[in-house]
Amino acid sequence: MSEMDAYEIVKKARSSGRYTGIDYIKGIFNHFFELHGDRRFADDSAIIGGVAYLESMPVTVIAIEKGHNARERMQRLFGAPNPEGYRKALRLMKQAEKFHRPVICFVDTSGAYCGIGAEERGQGQAIAENLCEMMTLNTPIISILIGEGGSGGALALSVADRVYMLENAVYSVISPEGCASILWKDSSKAADAAECLKLTAQDAKKLGVIEDIISEENMEQPEFFNGIKDMLLEDIFELNSIPSEYMLDERYNRFRAFGRTEL
Amino acid sequence: MPILDFLYKPKNELEKGGRAVAPVQADQGEPEKTCPNCRKAIPLSRIWANANTCSCGYHFRMSARQRISFITDKGSFNEMFKEVRSGDPLGFNGYQQKLETVRAASNEEEAVICGSCEIGGISTMLFVMEPGFMMGSMGSAVGERITRTFEYATEHGLPVVGFTVSGGARMQEGLISLMQMAKTSGAVKRHSDAGLFYLTVLTDPTTGGVTASFAMEGDIILAEPGATVGFAGARVIEQTTRKTLPKGFQKAEFLLEHGFVDAISPRRYQKSLVTLLLKIHCGGDAL
Repeated sequence: MSEMDAYEIVKKARSSGRYTGIDYIKGIFNHFFELHGDRRFADDSAIIGGVAYLESMPVTVIAIEKGHNARERMQRLFGAPNPEGYRKALRLMKQAEKFHRPVICFVDTSGAYCGIGAEERGQGQAIAENLCEMMTLNTPIISILIGEGGSGGALALSVADRVYMLENAVYSVISPEGCASILWKDSSKAADAAECLKLTAQDAKKLGVIEDIISEENMEQPEFFNGIKDMLLEDIFELNSIPSEYMLDERYNRFRAFGRTEL
Repeated sequence: MPILDFLYKPKNELEKGGRAVAPVQADQGEPEKTCPNCRKAIPLSRIWANANTCSCGYHFRMSARQRISFITDKGSFNEMFKEVRSGDPLGFNGYQQKLETVRAASNEEEAVICGSCEIGGISTMLFVMEPGFMMGSMGSAVGERITRTFEYATEHGLPVVGFTVSGGARMQEGLISLMQMAKTSGAVKRHSDAGLFYLTVLTDPTTGGVTASFAMEGDIILAEPGATVGFAGARVIEQTTRKTLPKGFQKAEFLLEHGFVDAISPRRYQKSLVTLLLKIHCGGDAL
């Protein structure tokens, strides 16, 4: 696969020409119907969620959406969700659990929104609640990181049975710029930080953080979305064929394993 | 009933028992610290005697060991999982060295200390984070120790009391430290689903990945007066939004006002409050 350095991949992951959440929903699912609002405060347009068919199977789809043009990007806060976005996502996941629908998440965010209102409404609490509830949500969850996987804001939709990354997606605890400015007081060293942070799909796979990498080779062709569709169907079939307690144990152990071996 | 003292609010100086306990008087040559709130120089021994608080109410930070001796019943603390240490999972430039320096300077192996103890006679698991160790940042060892604390508590039917202080996830461990947020949350959830009690006390500062995981997952969440608690850093928010932050932004009292903590808990009454809450949830004699 790619021989690019890490920071080039970061730039690719952020580039405005990439498919966004909506493109994946259109490409993979039928009859998507969007559901709005967290029933507590507002509807966050940085996160899109709803019901749809995956072939003939009803599913719940949740996607962080950055938007395609300048206006949309402003309105969707460049895909940086507020607490109400995470709470909407959780509401839809609980609904999926009730009606035995698998949950599929598409993640693409530089991070949870950083603002006064976000703090007032408990950004930290909203993410924490998702982490807890997703760990025991009694229905299969599959997450795909399609662009940027920015820290806790991305993890809040990625506590899943299977996690995948696009070839040029990144997944990191902090942005390379943030890391460079904290560690070396110099955000221009972002490229070095990107290298150190091991944030590419290849690195994430080596660390065991993701199951597999989705190739971007035929992105313009229908095979691209069909390939993801087949992968999802296969995973859901597998996850549905094991007892749910076993599935939840596996999910717990999947995350339990990180940081056990390095000791 | 002295245990209910924390509910009692004095109406005037007299009820508070006069202005100061005694005039501040330093021994010859005793080191002093200036209180950032009232600007008085206070001898260190006086600060220590008052659980690291100033008579004006300002709460200084507290090391984990100091806090443990302050909150647990004498001689009841038994440290656990101390063999768990961070490796260097990414081979991050300079991290190994940094760890060695911090270990030598802080005399601690990691940024959290866990163990079993008794508080007010009630057996409980306890974790206390250490501000002197990379500002309590959460790497794999912190995540592992906390996870084991919850797993042990779940297995033995014990409550968990946790004191948080953290700058967030430890970036030198990259994705592995991010995963600790999910790992610890999973352990908290299992503990909660077993019907067991988890009390968090947020202390200054609790931010980032720790706020967005186990710090905010307690059945009851207390915060120390004036503690900074938030997800994103205040400076970063100011820079991104170009707005002036409201007064008291991300302080414990601000979180109370917005409904994210149950109560502010001054250290002076903290042990009796923690005892009361443990007793209410874990049986024991009524007070």
